[in-house]
Amino acid sequence: MSLWNRHKIFEKNSIILIAGILAVIAIGGLVEITPLFYLKSTIEVVDGMRPYTPLELTGRNVYVREGCYLCHSQMIRSLRDEVERYGHYSLAAESMYDHPFQWGSKRTGPDLARVGAKYSDEWHVRHLIDPRAIVPQSVMPGYPALAATEVNVDDIAAHLRTNRAVGVPYTDDQIANARADLLAQADPDNAGVDAFQKRYPKAVVRNFDGKSGNPTELDALIAYLQMLGTLVDFKLYDEKANLR
Amino acid sequence: MTNASATSKSMTIGEGLLWPLFAVLAFVCLLGAAMAHDSAFAFHASLGCVASLAAAFTILNRYYDRPAELPPQEINGRPNYNMGPVKFASVAAVFWGIAGFTVGLIIACQLAWPALNFDLPWTTFGRLRPLHTSAVIFAFGGNVLIASSFYVVQKTCRARIAGDIAPWFVVLGYNFFILVAGTGYLLGVTQSKEYAEPEWYADLWLTIVWVTYLLVFLMTLIKRKEPHIFVANWFYLAFIVTIAVLHLGNNPALPVSLLGSKSYIAWSGVQDAMFQWWYGHNAVGFFLTAGFLAIMYYFIPKRAERPVYSYRLSIIHFWALIFLYIWAGPHHLHYTALPDWAQTLGMTFSIMLWMPSWGGMINGLMTLSGAWDKLRTDPVLRMLVVSVAFYGMATFEGPMMSVKVVNSLSHYTDWTIGHVHSGALGWVGFVSFGALYCLVPWLWDRKGLYSLKLVNWHFWISTIGIVLYISAMWVSGILQGLMWRAYTSLGFLEYSFIESVEAMHPFYVIRAAGGALFLIGALIMAFNLWMTVNASEAETTSAAGLLQPAE
Repeated sequence: MSLWNRHKIFEKNSIILIAGILAVIAIGGLVEITPLFYLKSTIEVVDGMRPYTPLELTGRNVYVREGCYLCHSQMIRSLRDEVERYGHYSLAAESMYDHPFQWGSKRTGPDLARVGAKYSDEWHVRHLIDPRAIVPQSVMPGYPALAATEVNVDDIAAHLRTNRAVGVPYTDDQIANARADLLAQADPDNAGVDAFQKRYPKAVVRNFDGKSGNPTELDALIAYLQMLGTLVDFKLYDEKANLR
Repeated sequence: MTNASATSKSMTIGEGLLWPLFAVLAFVCLLGAAMAHDSAFAFHASLGCVASLAAAFTILNRYYDRPAELPPQEINGRPNYNMGPVKFASVAAVFWGIAGFTVGLIIACQLAWPALNFDLPWTTFGRLRPLHTSAVIFAFGGNVLIASSFYVVQKTCRARIAGDIAPWFVVLGYNFFILVAGTGYLLGVTQSKEYAEPEWYADLWLTIVWVTYLLVFLMTLIKRKEPHIFVANWFYLAFIVTIAVLHLGNNPALPVSLLGSKSYIAWSGVQDAMFQWWYGHNAVGFFLTAGFLAIMYYFIPKRAERPVYSYRLSIIHFWALIFLYIWAGPHHLHYTALPDWAQTLGMTFSIMLWMPSWGGMINGLMTLSGAWDKLRTDPVLRMLVVSVAFYGMATFEGPMMSVKVVNSLSHYTDWTIGHVHSGALGWVGFVSFGALYCLVPWLWDRKGLYSLKLVNWHFWISTIGIVLYISAMWVSGILQGLMWRAYTSLGFLEYSFIESVEAMHPFYVIRAAGGALFLIGALIMAFNLWMTVNASEAETTSAAGLLQPAE
């Protein structure tokens, strides 16, 4: 009986009620979120992860802008059928440079975490412009405007700088040459290709959309799609060392 | 103009500070529009400029028009309630509801017939889907919550709402946020965090509006004439406070330029995922649940003319609900790269959450003790009660889907979409409709609704729509999940992904039909409410109540 009466302190003081609410809702979040920032086991130790190249980052921004994550996940769960359908289950390390993450929550279309290098550039070009030309049963929208829109190359250094400010380890060299690197990756004949590949080892240089001229949003998006899930070499990945 | 010039007229502190502030803001927005790095930012800055000018003008104009004295707190010993902002938010809720349901129907049709994307940048599914979710959750739901909270807090505190301009600033500022967010989605401005898509400048604006909302609500509680804070206000307060915390936790971002729309979120990868679903699940828990439970706790007892069933149950239910909900986020991330310990915590608390949820349902339903016969005669009460039944159903389904083995099948499929809509259409939708059907006659001082018969039509058409929607999504979701994991006798995956897409078509058509029915129901409601306000009393058929045959 008396305990119920004690509750009156909340019912009669709005400030105490607010304090009570804040205390009660803080606990769950603190317990679940803060350890993710200091427990070393949260993110696996892997070789091969690098920040996105300027062209890939531009493509990623197109992916975000068009809301691709609303139908495509980028998170292969550790279930037998998913591993057989899409490849090795996704690691936390594989999205450590992702601001924001793109794990998604719905698969109206297939998972894209390891779509990189699965299809040709030509396949992506035709599929993005008109999905049903390649896959008749598809319900994906077409994105013909991407092929006609040139990417804005002028502020790419600012994008890299902002990413570095939130924790992505871009070097001064990478930021200073962001514009040149963006142009070089979409043009194999560009004089800056060697320097680009020194800054981003193993990054692919191709004319992704197959058209001459300045890189388009289609170039950028395909460059991004073609690198997804390709950075970590799972022949060398030590699963036992990263048990959580 | 009144002739009250005997007392000298002077600006309130709010008026004196706000009109120059808005004038400066208009100038800053004008500069922003002129120097913008991208066209979307220029458009939003122009919107901001026009809105700021309008605000500065309105504040000044209102000052010159008003009598020297502010409206009294009480007239003849009775509180002088301020219902203007409530009326505006109620009308906005109906408008945004219909807009949001319409966009929902469009994107449902796009999934059934992809040609409807028209392959233009601003009409594709990826841009319209956030428009749908934000329009129904934040624009429709948000306006219902603001309207009902401002109404309930005044009535249950027996006090005029705090502030003179502040309540208007909350209502208009919030709807301006909706406008910026919604047009942004169409232009491709998004930070891609589900249900938190608006970019940094819209987030900053919402923060200002929301803190004002909290202050207005809190100050009204503080000046109350009743000794106790009524239970509905606990839920409103928890909703407002927690949404502020969630918004700030999930959205810290660094803009690339102060003159551009693009920003990068502070968190990355696994931490960003955890923050997102801590936010995302509690947007459900506190926006779509706690806030609407407050509506339940005021409008059901009021409509049924019965007291809340159990005072002690409401105490336990309140604290348990807000404590447990906040833990449930990781169940959106089962079997992902989120560490197992967090997944297990999320699942455990989600299952426990079933109990306070049903505590609330029982408290709502049992409030009808001794008044169950009213379900036959009052379709508005029926709508409110069925909403609580849907709440019970969705809050059983949710904990079940949070169990890891169930989630391994249901996650990434349409089952999740169906689950959300049984809660969103059945619970949030119906409880909102019920509240609007109560509020509009009260606010405009009408004896009753224009037509209870139309409420009945609305109820049945929408209920059939919901049933079509959720059963189509159960079948398609479980079918998808089973097809993805099906193996042949030789141990190969049986279906390619595209075969599962093809199998969805009939269910997507049924879902769109269900959505269309729900929209038709809402249009009937809009007509009924319009006529309630505008028709003469003689035309109103329902003042005496409409008897339904027992079935």
